Amino acid sequence: MYFDSLHALLTMDGHGVYVWSAYLVTFAVVVTVLASPVRRHKRLLRQLAAELKRQQGAPTGRTIGGG
Amino acid sequence: MWPIFHKFGSPPWLYSISGAILRWLLPATVIALIVGVSWGLLFTSPDFRQGNSYRIIYIHVPAAVVALAGYYVMALAGAVSLIWRMKMADVAMKAAAPIGAAFTFIALFTGAVWGKPTWGTWWVWDARITSMLILLFLYLGVVALYEAFDNKEAASKACAVLSLVGMVNIPIIYKSVDWWYSLHQPATIKFTEKSTIDPSMFYPLLLCIAAFYALFTCCLLLNMRAELIQRESRTQWVKKLASESGKN
Repeated sequence: MYFDSLHALLTMDGHGVYVWSAYLVTFAVVVTVLASPVRRHKRLLRQLAAELKRQQGAPTGRTIGGG
Repeated sequence: MWPIFHKFGSPPWLYSISGAILRWLLPATVIALIVGVSWGLLFTSPDFRQGNSYRIIYIHVPAAVVALAGYYVMALAGAVSLIWRMKMADVAMKAAAPIGAAFTFIALFTGAVWGKPTWGTWWVWDARITSMLILLFLYLGVVALYEAFDNKEAASKACAVLSLVGMVNIPIIYKSVDWWYSLHQPATIKFTEKSTIDPSMFYPLLLCIAAFYALFTCCLLLNMRAELIQRESRTQWVKKLASESGKN
């Protein structure tokens, strides 16, 4: 490892604030870009499942799709 | 040729194959990102002129490279959907636009943060930076244009044309650092001659670029799968999927 201490790693001789903010924002954007389609996917399937259950009208509603 | 074409046109096939790919590509991407970024951040020496601020290169360059590559993907998908009316190409084009915008934003933001300690300014209206900003607007334009139409077929056509017209910007971005005298440094990785980057910095950078390519692919597939579910919600295979997921 190049840095001797945690302090040196965080400050990076005065450049720490730039480097770490760049990495932090990138991390936040990457997480958002990965998570939003996953959440949309789950939401769509959940809505569709609820809709199918309503259409069946049966109180059990477990046999949809036969699976 | 045609059977492959037919397969790619089949939403359930695309859905299942993308799921199989993501099962190993997603963990591999996360590992490559962690290794590449920690290598660059922790185990390389600082640049002799720029000091530690240069460590931003390990996200700035990969994001910029993939932002440009993503535009090819979007424009190519747009062309295929325009010429052969292939629905899945349209799904790919729509899925690529917001991801491309995100990567372009990362490239611009990290560039600005890198510029402050290196050039003494966050922003200059320099050819490279301005053409990247136009790239961001092109991506956002495709996203917005898609939402602006009620008729999805018209939206698809308009977006395909916009992304194809926007292709003129791509060589401008590539060549901007050579054509205009610019504050932005010229490319450090060269294919035709020796790169002007030390191998100890080059290998982690190469790994980060590969990881960002993989990340783009993961995001693209995830977006396409969500889009497929929405478009195909009236079909039997999606209904079956929904009822199966509703049980868990």
